[in-house]
Formats: sequence, structure tokens, C-alpha cells
Amino acid sequence: MTRAVMAIDERLRTVALGAQDYATLALRATRGIVTRPFYWRDTFEQMDRIGVGSLPIVLLTGIFTGMVLALQSSVELVRFGANIYLGNLVAASMVRELGPVLGALAVAGRAGSGIAAELGAMRVTEQIDAMETMGTDPIRKLVTPRLVAGLVMLPMLTIVMDVIGILGGLLVSVMRVQLGADVYLRGVWSAFAVSGITFGIVPRDFVSGLLKPIVFGGIITLTGSYYGLRAGGGTEGVGRATTRAVVASSMAIFASDYFITQLLLVLLPPPR
Amino acid sequence: MSRAEEHARAIRETLRRDTRGRPASLVLNAPKIVELCDVWLSFETPVLRGVDLWAREGETLLVVGESGTGKSTLLKLILRLLTPDRGTVRVFGMEMPRLSFEQVLAVRRRIGMVFQYAALFDSLTVYENVAYPLRENTKLLEPDIRHIVRERLRFVDMNPDVVSNLLPGELSGGMRKRVGIARAIATDPELILYDEPTAGLDPLAVNTITRLIRKLQVELGVTSIVVTHDLRAGFRIASRVAMLRNGRILFDGSPEDMVAASDPYIEAFLRAS
Repeated sequence: MTRAVMAIDERLRTVALGAQDYATLALRATRGIVTRPFYWRDTFEQMDRIGVGSLPIVLLTGIFTGMVLALQSSVELVRFGANIYLGNLVAASMVRELGPVLGALAVAGRAGSGIAAELGAMRVTEQIDAMETMGTDPIRKLVTPRLVAGLVMLPMLTIVMDVIGILGGLLVSVMRVQLGADVYLRGVWSAFAVSGITFGIVPRDFVSGLLKPIVFGGIITLTGSYYGLRAGGGTEGVGRATTRAVVASSMAIFASDYFITQLLLVLLPPPR
Repeated sequence: MSRAEEHARAIRETLRRDTRGRPASLVLNAPKIVELCDVWLSFETPVLRGVDLWAREGETLLVVGESGTGKSTLLKLILRLLTPDRGTVRVFGMEMPRLSFEQVLAVRRRIGMVFQYAALFDSLTVYENVAYPLRENTKLLEPDIRHIVRERLRFVDMNPDVVSNLLPGELSGGMRKRVGIARAIATDPELILYDEPTAGLDPLAVNTITRLIRKLQVELGVTSIVVTHDLRAGFRIASRVAMLRNGRILFDGSPEDMVAASDPYIEAFLRAS
């Protein structure tokens, strides 16, 4: 019994220390955004890697998500004679949830694992120690550029994913459901209009759909960096860090998605 | 002649041969650049148990001992990559554990470190690796950086025209070590730390590296702390030797005194080297 309590105590202590380290990393990386020195070259390089590099996987994920969403929904909508609402359904689903979440998961699998593997390899080959001994703060040099890249590129990738998903839905709508493109697109527009307008001009769905990827971008890059910087035990340790980074960031994406949605429903309630 | 006597004779011969050209072995009045006082450190088990050690300006301190005795840990303490559980670590007169992170970075800029496996940035070319500390820590213009990088590469017997654009993955172990030394001396550090500089190298490469370390002593008068278990190579460069055993300093003195020591453990260590 005592042993079990001690094991739980030890585990909780490890989790608490891990959370503290993660928070410290996040704070120091964020401070690097607003204080000198800035590593612009590294930041643009990371934007290229995380943003442009993830574009193919986001395009593929987006188009097939939109297509399958339209296909599955049409089966049900046709039964009720409501297939004219296909555009509404695809657009609302893509912009509110599927675009941000599936896009983030795709980026977590590709770029998040890459960050953990790269920093992990640098850690086990003492390259990070070397950087520190030469007077460079590795968090500013390695984590902040990745964080900035994640915060900037994830919303852009999500916009691409939303657009391509809606276009995928249009393809299925025209070719499989025999619904006119004009009807589908009118549905898309009406979905945004129905969701309400925030700040006098921005459709409410856009706010929620773009706030989420900013948070997800932070989660993916910080989690990948956190596990990469803590990697130890040679190549096996790097592999472990990579797996943990992807699993942890995926879980964090799902969990934070719920809480952001809940928060936005309170802060920006939908029109009645 | 017994095997042990043969070993002792070989080491004495090395010392006799290499004392020539070595700078004055003990710089008695020079200030202490590095000072560790009663340093204790534990991970899961105790690693250092009350270590007292110092290095004076201009001397080359060799730290020897079996694997796992905490030799590399000493270097990490000096750089404050680790902090001691107890005791003080002073570098250039500053108490490292008490400094802010920015102050630590400033101290580290005055130190060069040569890692066991060179720790070159594998995404950067040889040129970019050597230029890295100059770009990070100085406001030099690119033509000046190029001049220094080429000079440092020549200092470590490498042809800058041939190696500058190579990636670390394209270099042999000895070449990587030499690039590591060129990078460590790029900013003219006052102190250079070497972690197993000859580990994993063939005898010719070992000669090249020890010759380079001596060249740095003689030509630049740099203070060096060399951690190694390669005594034969270490004795060629050391002005003082400290031996770690069970987390404590077992011996601290000149290489000649170490060879003459009657401690059975030291004798066994010398015989095995």
C-alpha cells in the first residue's frame, strides 16, 4: 500500500516538474519573440520548413476531408430532401473544426516530429551543449524561431485547408450528388452569415477557425522542442522523444480544441 | 625487464622528451582562472565528493581518472551546464552558480570548448561552424570573419580552400576534432576546455591533436584544462596533473611527481596506460 502511494507520489511529482519545465520553456521562448537578439534567418527557414513543407500533406488532408464529408452528409441529407444544405454543412464543419484540428494533426505528425527529432539529435550529439558554451541561448536560437513559425504558419495552412476542403466538397456535390455549384456555394456563404459577425465585419466562424490554429501552432512547436531538448540515451532516446512529441501534441490539440470552443461560445455567443 | 618497468620507462621517456618546449611547468604566481572549492554533486549516486581544484593562468591542467569518475562533469560545472549541490565554482573570479543566465553566457564567450566528438553543427559547413562564434558574439563584418576562419583553419593544419565547404559528415574523426579546435579558438578564448581530445583517434591523429594543443600553449599562452584517460598523450601537454578517484582528487601535482608517486592505485593506473 505504502509502496503504491509512494509510486503515485513520485509520478505526480514527475508530472508537476515536467509541467513546470514546459511552462518555463514556453515563457522563455515567448520572451525571445519580444527581446533581442532575433534570429530572423532561422525564423524564415522554419516558416519555410513548417509552412511550405507541410503544404502537400495539408492539401491532401483537406481535399479528402471535404470530399468524404460531402459524400457522407449527402447520404443523410438526401433522405430528408435537404441536400441544398450540403454547402452549409461542409463549410461550417471545415472552418469550425475539421480544418483547424485535422490540419494541426497533420502538421504535428510531420513538423512536430521533425522538430523533436532534429533537436533530440542535436542534444545527444552535444551540439546544444556546444551552442551554450559559445554563449548562445539555445531556446532563443532554436525554439523561438520554431514557435514564431508555428504561430504564423498554422493559421495560413488552416485557411488553405478550409478552402481546399470546401472545394473538395464542391467537387463531390457537382459530380456525385448532382447539386449545382451555385447552390453549394450559396450554402457555403450562408453558413458564415448565419454564424454571426464579430467585430462588425469578421464572420464569427473565422475568428474561432483562426484562433484555434494559433494555439495549435504553439502547442506543436513547443511540445516538439520540449521533448527534443530533453532527449537522452542516443538514437533510441531520439526515437522516444519523437513519438512522445507527436502523441502529446495530438492529445493537447484535442483537449485545447474543446476548451477554446467552450470559451468562444461564452465570449462570442452565436446569434439566436 | 618486467612489463610494469617497461611502461614506467616509456612514460619517463615521454616526459623527458616533451619537457623541452613546454612552457614553465607551474606558473606559481599567476592568478587562478578556475577554482573549484569543496564541490559536491550527485545524480542518482554521488559523483563528486568535496573536490578542490584550480587552474592558474597559462598552465595546462590534465584531469585524469577512470571512466565515470566525473571528469567531464567538472568541465560542465565550469561552464555551468551543471550546478553543484554544494561548494563553489569560480571562473575568472566570478562565482558561476550565482550569475544570471545572461552573465553566464558572457563568461562562456571567454571560454573555448573542444568536445569529445567535436559536436560540430551537422547542418553547417566547416566554414560556417568555425564562423559561428564570431557571428554570434562579435560585430565583425563578413570579410574579417572570412579572414579569421581561414587563419584558424590553417592553424589546425587544414587547407581552407579544400575543407571550407565540406559538411561535418564528410570529415574523418581527426579532421572533425581539428575543426572543433579551430571553432574553439575562433574568438581567442582565455581558457580552453578539452573533453577527451584524443579519444577514438588513430596514433597519427593523436600526435596531430597533442601537437596542436601544445602549439596553442606556446604560441597563444592559453590556459587549458584537458580531461582524458589517455595518459601518454596527456603527459605530452600537461604542466600539472590532477587525478580523480571516487569523486575526490587523489593526486594533484606535476607529471614527474605522478610518475614517481608510490600510491598503488596511481602505479596501477600508469601501468595500464
